[in-house]
Amino acid sequence: MQVDPIHQFEIKSLAPLATLGGHQFNFTNSALMMFVIVGAVSTLLIGATASRAVVPGRLQSIAEMSYEFVANTVRSTAGTEGMKFFPFVFTLFMFILFANLIGLIPYSFTVTSQLIVTAALALLVFIIVVGYGFWRNGLHFFSLFVPKGVPKAILPAIVVIEVLSFVSRPVSHSVRLFANMLAGHITLQVFAGFIIMLAGFGVLGWLGAALPFAMVVMLTALELLVAFLQAYVFAILTCIYLNDAIHPGH
Amino acid sequence: MSDARENGDRDKQQTDEAALSARLQRLNESLGHARVAGRPSDGSGADRATTASGYARGFRLSSELVAGVVVGAGLGWLLDRWLGISPWGLIIFLLLGFAAGVLNVMRSAGLVAGTALDESTRSSRKK
Repeated sequence: MQVDPIHQFEIKSLAPLATLGGHQFNFTNSALMMFVIVGAVSTLLIGATASRAVVPGRLQSIAEMSYEFVANTVRSTAGTEGMKFFPFVFTLFMFILFANLIGLIPYSFTVTSQLIVTAALALLVFIIVVGYGFWRNGLHFFSLFVPKGVPKAILPAIVVIEVLSFVSRPVSHSVRLFANMLAGHITLQVFAGFIIMLAGFGVLGWLGAALPFAMVVMLTALELLVAFLQAYVFAILTCIYLNDAIHPGH
Repeated sequence: MSDARENGDRDKQQTDEAALSARLQRLNESLGHARVAGRPSDGSGADRATTASGYARGFRLSSELVAGVVVGAGLGWLLDRWLGISPWGLIIFLLLGFAAGVLNVMRSAGLVAGTALDESTRSSRKK
Protein backbone atom coordinates (compact mmCIF):
# COMPACT_ATOMS: atom_id res chain seq x y z
CA MET A 1 0.00 0.00 0.00
CA GLN A 2 1.53 3.28 -1.11
CA VAL A 3 1.01 6.58 0.62
CA ASP A 4 1.31 9.74 -1.41
CA PRO A 5 2.97 12.31 0.85
CA ILE A 6 1.91 15.21 -1.37
CA HIS A 7 -1.75 14.31 -1.39
CA GLN A 8 -2.42 16.20 1.84
CA PHE A 9 -1.57 19.53 0.18
CA GLU A 10 -4.07 19.12 -2.62
CA ILE A 11 -6.42 22.05 -3.14
CA LYS A 12 -9.96 20.90 -3.72
CA SER A 13 -12.79 23.05 -4.92
CA LEU A 14 -15.75 22.91 -2.59
CA ALA A 15 -18.04 25.33 -4.37
CA PRO A 16 -17.52 27.35 -7.55
CA LEU A 17 -18.07 31.03 -6.87
CA ALA A 18 -17.72 32.95 -10.12
CA THR A 19 -15.99 33.05 -13.48
CA LEU A 20 -14.18 36.28 -14.20
CA GLY A 21 -12.29 36.80 -17.45
CA GLY A 22 -11.96 33.10 -18.12
CA HIS A 23 -10.66 32.32 -14.64
CA GLN A 24 -12.77 30.29 -12.33
CA PHE A 25 -12.92 31.35 -8.70
CA ASN A 26 -13.66 28.60 -6.24
CA PHE A 27 -14.31 28.28 -2.57
CA THR A 28 -11.60 25.75 -1.73
CA ASN A 29 -10.70 23.64 1.26
CA SER A 30 -7.89 26.14 1.88
CA ALA A 31 -10.38 29.01 2.10
CA LEU A 32 -12.59 26.95 4.37
CA MET A 33 -9.66 26.28 6.69
CA MET A 34 -8.87 29.99 6.84
CA PHE A 35 -12.43 30.70 7.92
CA VAL A 36 -12.11 27.95 10.53
CA ILE A 37 -8.86 29.49 11.81
CA VAL A 38 -10.27 33.00 12.03
CA GLY A 39 -13.36 31.60 13.74
CA ALA A 40 -11.27 29.62 16.23
CA VAL A 41 -9.02 32.59 17.10
CA SER A 42 -12.01 34.93 17.47
CA THR A 43 -13.97 32.45 19.57
CA LEU A 44 -11.02 31.82 21.84
CA LEU A 45 -10.10 35.45 22.39
CA ILE A 46 -13.62 36.91 22.60
CA GLY A 47 -14.89 34.04 24.72
CA ALA A 48 -11.85 34.06 26.99
CA THR A 49 -11.98 37.76 27.72
CA ALA A 50 -15.78 37.94 28.08
CA SER A 51 -15.75 37.39 31.84
CA ARG A 52 -13.01 40.00 32.50
CA ALA A 53 -12.17 38.41 35.82
CA VAL A 54 -9.49 40.05 37.92
CA VAL A 55 -8.12 36.62 38.68
CA PRO A 56 -8.06 35.06 35.22
CA GLY A 57 -9.42 31.62 34.54
CA ARG A 58 -7.65 29.13 32.36
CA LEU A 59 -8.91 30.49 29.04
CA GLN A 60 -8.43 34.09 30.06
CA SER A 61 -4.86 33.27 31.06
CA ILE A 62 -4.23 31.98 27.55
CA ALA A 63 -5.58 35.18 26.04
CA GLU A 64 -3.60 37.36 28.43
CA MET A 65 -0.41 35.36 27.94
CA SER A 66 -0.64 35.61 24.16
CA TYR A 67 -1.24 39.34 24.46
CA GLU A 68 1.70 39.81 26.82
CA PHE A 69 3.96 37.66 24.68
CA VAL A 70 3.30 39.52 21.45
CA ALA A 71 3.27 42.92 23.16
CA ASN A 72 6.70 42.23 24.67
CA THR A 73 8.01 41.06 21.32
CA VAL A 74 6.77 44.20 19.56
CA ARG A 75 7.99 46.53 22.32
CA SER A 76 11.47 45.05 22.54
CA THR A 77 11.98 44.84 18.78
CA ALA A 78 10.25 47.88 17.31
CA GLY A 79 10.22 50.08 20.41
CA THR A 80 7.20 51.67 22.07
CA GLU A 81 6.41 53.44 18.81
CA GLY A 82 5.96 50.08 17.19
CA MET A 83 3.02 49.36 19.47
CA LYS A 84 0.73 51.09 16.98
CA PHE A 85 1.32 48.04 14.82
CA PHE A 86 0.50 45.69 17.66
CA PRO A 87 -2.98 44.72 16.32
CA PHE A 88 -1.42 43.83 12.97
CA VAL A 89 1.39 41.74 14.45
CA PHE A 90 -0.94 40.05 16.92
CA THR A 91 -3.37 39.13 14.14
CA LEU A 92 -0.54 37.72 12.03
CA PHE A 93 0.88 35.75 14.96
CA MET A 94 -2.43 34.24 16.04
CA PHE A 95 -3.47 33.43 12.47
CA ILE A 96 -0.21 31.65 11.66
CA LEU A 97 -0.04 29.91 15.03
CA PHE A 98 -3.57 28.55 14.67
CA ALA A 99 -3.01 27.66 11.02
CA ASN A 100 0.08 25.65 12.01
CA LEU A 101 -1.54 24.01 15.03
CA ILE A 102 -4.85 23.15 13.35
CA GLY A 103 -2.86 21.84 10.40
CA LEU A 104 -1.28 19.26 12.72
CA ILE A 105 -4.66 17.65 13.38
CA PRO A 106 -4.95 14.59 11.12
CA TYR A 107 -7.18 15.02 8.06
CA SER A 108 -7.16 18.78 8.35
CA PHE A 109 -5.45 21.09 5.90
CA THR A 110 -2.38 23.24 6.59
CA VAL A 111 -2.98 26.66 5.11
CA THR A 112 0.59 27.80 5.77
CA SER A 113 1.99 24.95 3.68
CA GLN A 114 0.75 26.82 0.60
CA LEU A 115 3.37 29.23 -0.72
CA ILE A 116 0.68 31.56 -2.08
CA VAL A 117 -0.74 32.10 1.42
CA THR A 118 2.60 32.81 3.12
CA ALA A 119 3.70 34.94 0.17
CA ALA A 120 0.53 37.01 0.47
CA LEU A 121 1.19 37.51 4.20
CA ALA A 122 4.85 38.43 3.62
CA LEU A 123 3.93 40.82 0.79
CA LEU A 124 1.34 42.43 3.04
CA VAL A 125 4.08 43.09 5.60
CA PHE A 126 6.44 44.32 2.88
CA ILE A 127 3.88 46.73 1.41
CA ILE A 128 2.99 48.08 4.84
CA VAL A 129 6.69 48.60 5.63
CA VAL A 130 7.36 50.42 2.36
CA GLY A 131 4.11 52.41 2.46
CA TYR A 132 4.43 53.46 6.10
CA GLY A 133 8.16 54.15 5.67
CA PHE A 134 7.53 56.59 2.83
CA TRP A 135 4.46 58.11 4.49
CA ARG A 136 6.34 58.76 7.69
CA ASN A 137 9.86 59.54 6.51
CA GLY A 138 9.36 60.70 2.94
CA LEU A 139 12.48 60.38 0.84
CA HIS A 140 14.51 60.00 4.03
CA PHE A 141 13.38 56.36 3.89
CA PHE A 142 16.04 55.80 1.21
CA SER A 143 18.74 56.32 3.83
CA LEU A 144 17.91 52.72 4.71
CA PHE A 145 19.93 51.71 1.67
CA VAL A 146 22.96 53.91 2.37
CA PRO A 147 25.03 52.50 5.21
CA LYS A 148 27.20 54.98 7.08
CA GLY A 149 30.95 55.08 6.74
CA VAL A 150 31.24 53.46 3.34
CA PRO A 151 33.87 54.87 0.94
CA LYS A 152 32.28 56.77 -1.97
CA ALA A 153 34.01 54.58 -4.55
CA ILE A 154 32.14 51.41 -3.68
CA LEU A 155 28.91 53.11 -2.55
CA PRO A 156 26.91 52.39 -5.77
CA ALA A 157 27.60 48.67 -5.50
CA ILE A 158 26.73 48.67 -1.79
CA VAL A 159 23.46 50.49 -2.43
CA VAL A 160 22.45 47.96 -5.10
CA ILE A 161 23.32 45.11 -2.73
CA GLU A 162 21.34 46.75 0.08
CA VAL A 163 18.33 47.20 -2.21
CA LEU A 164 18.54 43.56 -3.30
CA SER A 165 18.82 42.52 0.32
CA PHE A 166 15.73 44.57 1.12
CA VAL A 167 13.75 43.19 -1.82
CA SER A 168 14.70 39.63 -0.92
CA ARG A 169 13.06 39.99 2.49
CA PRO A 170 9.52 38.97 1.52
CA VAL A 171 10.98 35.97 -0.31
CA SER A 172 12.85 34.61 2.68
CA HIS A 173 10.04 35.69 4.99
CA SER A 174 7.42 33.66 3.14
CA VAL A 175 9.56 30.73 2.01
CA ARG A 176 10.78 30.06 5.55
CA LEU A 177 7.30 29.51 6.96
CA PHE A 178 6.08 27.64 3.88
CA ALA A 179 9.11 25.34 3.64
CA ASN A 180 9.09 24.53 7.34
CA MET A 181 5.46 23.50 7.32
CA LEU A 182 5.73 21.63 4.01
CA ALA A 183 8.86 19.72 5.01
CA GLY A 184 7.49 18.85 8.42
CA HIS A 185 4.23 17.49 7.08
CA ILE A 186 5.91 15.50 4.32
CA THR A 187 8.32 13.95 6.83
CA LEU A 188 5.44 12.97 9.08
CA GLN A 189 3.55 11.46 6.19
CA VAL A 190 6.56 9.51 4.91
CA PHE A 191 7.28 7.99 8.32
CA ALA A 192 3.61 7.20 8.81
CA GLY A 193 3.73 5.51 5.40
CA PHE A 194 6.60 3.28 6.63
CA ILE A 195 4.38 2.03 9.44
CA ILE A 196 1.70 0.89 7.01
CA MET A 197 4.20 -0.71 4.64
CA LEU A 198 6.00 -2.62 7.41
CA ALA A 199 2.74 -3.70 9.00
CA GLY A 200 1.94 -5.49 5.74
CA PHE A 201 4.78 -8.00 6.40
CA GLY A 202 3.11 -9.82 9.29
CA VAL A 203 4.33 -10.17 12.87
CA LEU A 204 7.96 -9.26 12.16
CA GLY A 205 6.71 -6.24 10.25
CA TRP A 206 4.62 -5.19 13.21
CA LEU A 207 7.73 -5.25 15.39
CA GLY A 208 9.64 -3.25 12.81
CA ALA A 209 6.79 -0.78 12.52
CA ALA A 210 7.34 0.21 16.13
CA LEU A 211 10.47 2.12 15.06
CA PRO A 212 8.83 4.50 12.57
CA PHE A 213 5.90 4.80 14.96
CA ALA A 214 8.21 6.07 17.71
CA MET A 215 9.72 8.41 15.13
CA VAL A 216 6.28 9.75 14.22
CA VAL A 217 5.50 10.43 17.87
CA MET A 218 8.75 12.34 18.28
CA LEU A 219 8.28 14.19 15.00
CA THR A 220 4.80 15.25 16.06
CA ALA A 221 6.27 16.81 19.19
CA LEU A 222 8.92 18.52 17.08
CA GLU A 223 6.26 19.77 14.68
CA LEU A 224 4.35 21.25 17.60
CA LEU A 225 7.47 23.19 18.54
CA VAL A 226 8.08 24.22 14.92
CA ALA A 227 4.45 25.37 14.59
CA PHE A 228 4.91 27.76 17.49
CA LEU A 229 8.45 28.76 16.58
CA GLN A 230 7.62 29.64 13.00
CA ALA A 231 4.68 31.78 14.04
CA TYR A 232 7.00 33.56 16.48
CA VAL A 233 9.75 33.98 13.89
CA PHE A 234 7.27 35.38 11.40
CA ALA A 235 5.98 37.85 13.99
CA ILE A 236 9.42 38.95 15.18
CA LEU A 237 10.70 39.45 11.62
CA THR A 238 7.59 41.52 10.93
CA CYS A 239 8.55 43.65 13.94
CA ILE A 240 12.14 44.01 12.72
CA TYR A 241 10.95 45.11 9.29
CA LEU A 242 8.42 47.51 10.80
CA ASN A 243 11.24 48.90 12.93
CA ASP A 244 13.04 49.77 9.68
CA ALA A 245 9.98 51.68 8.52
CA ILE A 246 9.76 53.57 11.82
CA HIS A 247 13.44 54.42 12.22
CA PRO A 248 15.30 54.44 8.87
CA GLY A 249 18.51 56.00 10.20
CA HIS A 250 18.80 59.43 11.77
CA MET B 1 22.16 60.82 79.63
CA SER B 2 18.80 60.87 77.88
CA ASP B 3 20.25 63.35 75.40
CA ALA B 4 23.04 61.04 74.63
CA ARG B 5 20.63 58.18 74.09
CA GLU B 6 18.51 60.34 71.82
CA ASN B 7 21.55 61.34 69.84
CA GLY B 8 22.54 57.74 69.60
CA ASP B 9 19.06 56.82 68.41
CA ARG B 10 19.11 59.57 65.81
CA ASP B 11 22.50 58.43 64.62
CA LYS B 12 21.27 54.90 64.40
CA GLN B 13 18.20 56.07 62.50
CA GLN B 14 20.33 58.02 60.08
CA THR B 15 22.65 55.15 59.48
CA ASP B 16 19.64 52.89 58.97
CA GLU B 17 18.22 55.29 56.42
CA ALA B 18 21.54 55.65 54.69
CA ALA B 19 21.91 51.88 54.58
CA LEU B 20 18.37 51.51 53.24
CA SER B 21 18.85 54.07 50.49
CA ALA B 22 22.17 52.50 49.61
CA ARG B 23 20.48 49.12 49.36
CA LEU B 24 17.71 50.58 47.23
CA GLN B 25 20.27 52.14 44.95
CA ARG B 26 22.13 48.88 44.63
CA LEU B 27 18.88 47.09 43.81
CA ASN B 28 18.03 49.71 41.22
CA GLU B 29 21.44 49.36 39.65
CA SER B 30 21.26 45.60 39.44
CA LEU B 31 17.73 45.84 38.03
CA GLY B 32 18.98 48.32 35.49
CA HIS B 33 21.82 45.99 34.60
CA ALA B 34 19.38 43.12 34.22
CA ARG B 35 17.17 45.25 31.98
CA VAL B 36 20.07 46.42 29.87
CA ALA B 37 21.43 42.90 29.67
CA GLY B 38 18.00 41.57 28.77
CA ARG B 39 17.36 44.19 26.14
CA PRO B 40 20.01 43.61 23.48
CA SER B 41 19.32 39.91 23.11
CA ASP B 42 15.65 40.78 22.70
CA GLY B 43 16.48 43.66 20.43
CA SER B 44 18.77 41.83 18.09
CA GLY B 45 15.59 40.13 17.15
CA ALA B 46 15.34 36.73 15.76
CA ASP B 47 18.51 35.29 17.26
CA ARG B 48 16.63 34.62 20.43
CA ALA B 49 13.97 32.70 18.58
CA THR B 50 16.53 30.84 16.55
CA THR B 51 18.76 29.81 19.42
CA ALA B 52 15.69 28.00 20.72
CA SER B 53 16.38 25.41 18.06
CA GLY B 54 19.42 24.90 15.90
CA TYR B 55 17.20 23.44 13.22
CA ALA B 56 15.21 26.64 12.94
CA ARG B 57 18.42 28.68 12.94
CA GLY B 58 19.90 26.68 10.09
CA PHE B 59 16.70 26.96 8.15
CA ARG B 60 16.56 30.69 8.68
CA LEU B 61 20.11 31.31 7.51
CA SER B 62 19.83 29.10 4.44
CA SER B 63 16.56 30.68 3.37
CA GLU B 64 18.15 34.12 3.72
CA LEU B 65 20.97 33.16 1.36
CA VAL B 66 18.67 31.49 -1.16
CA ALA B 67 16.29 34.44 -1.11
CA GLY B 68 19.10 36.86 -1.95
CA VAL B 69 20.36 34.75 -4.84
CA VAL B 70 16.85 34.10 -6.20
CA VAL B 71 15.85 37.75 -6.08
CA GLY B 72 19.10 38.81 -7.75
CA ALA B 73 18.72 36.24 -10.50
CA GLY B 74 15.05 37.14 -11.01
CA LEU B 75 15.77 40.86 -11.26
CA GLY B 76 18.65 40.24 -13.66
CA TRP B 77 16.50 38.02 -15.84
CA LEU B 78 13.72 40.62 -15.94
CA LEU B 79 16.21 43.38 -16.84
CA ASP B 80 17.54 41.16 -19.63
CA ARG B 81 14.06 40.74 -21.03
CA TRP B 82 13.13 44.41 -20.79
CA LEU B 83 16.37 45.94 -21.98
CA GLY B 84 17.55 43.17 -24.26
CA ILE B 85 21.02 43.07 -22.74
CA SER B 86 21.11 39.31 -22.24
CA PRO B 87 23.10 37.81 -20.61
CA TRP B 88 24.77 40.72 -18.78
CA GLY B 89 21.87 41.57 -16.48
CA LEU B 90 21.59 37.99 -15.27
CA ILE B 91 25.33 37.65 -14.71
CA ILE B 92 25.79 40.89 -12.82
CA PHE B 93 22.61 40.66 -10.76
CA LEU B 94 23.23 37.03 -9.89
CA LEU B 95 26.57 38.05 -8.42
CA LEU B 96 25.06 41.05 -6.65
CA GLY B 97 22.24 38.83 -5.41
CA PHE B 98 24.78 36.41 -4.01
CA ALA B 99 26.45 39.30 -2.20
CA ALA B 100 23.05 40.42 -0.88
CA GLY B 101 22.35 36.87 0.27
CA VAL B 102 25.63 36.69 2.15
CA LEU B 103 24.87 40.08 3.68
CA ASN B 104 21.43 38.78 4.74
CA VAL B 105 22.99 35.73 6.35
CA MET B 106 25.65 37.68 8.20
CA ARG B 107 23.09 40.20 9.39
CA SER B 108 20.65 37.61 10.67
CA ALA B 109 23.52 35.72 12.31
CA GLY B 110 24.44 38.97 14.04
CA LEU B 111 27.97 39.03 12.59
CA VAL B 112 27.51 42.41 10.90
CA ALA B 113 26.23 45.37 12.86
CA GLY B 114 23.49 45.81 10.31
CA THR B 115 22.34 48.96 8.58
CA ALA B 116 22.71 52.43 9.97
CA LEU B 117 19.20 52.21 11.32
CA ASP B 118 20.04 49.27 13.54
CA GLU B 119 22.70 51.39 15.20
CA SER B 120 20.35 54.32 15.62
CA THR B 121 17.57 52.21 17.11
CA ARG B 122 20.01 50.60 19.47
CA SER B 123 21.19 53.97 20.68
CA SER B 124 17.66 55.37 20.87
CA ARG B 125 16.61 52.34 22.88
CA LYS B 126 19.40 52.97 25.36
CA LYS B 127 18.15 56.52 25.94
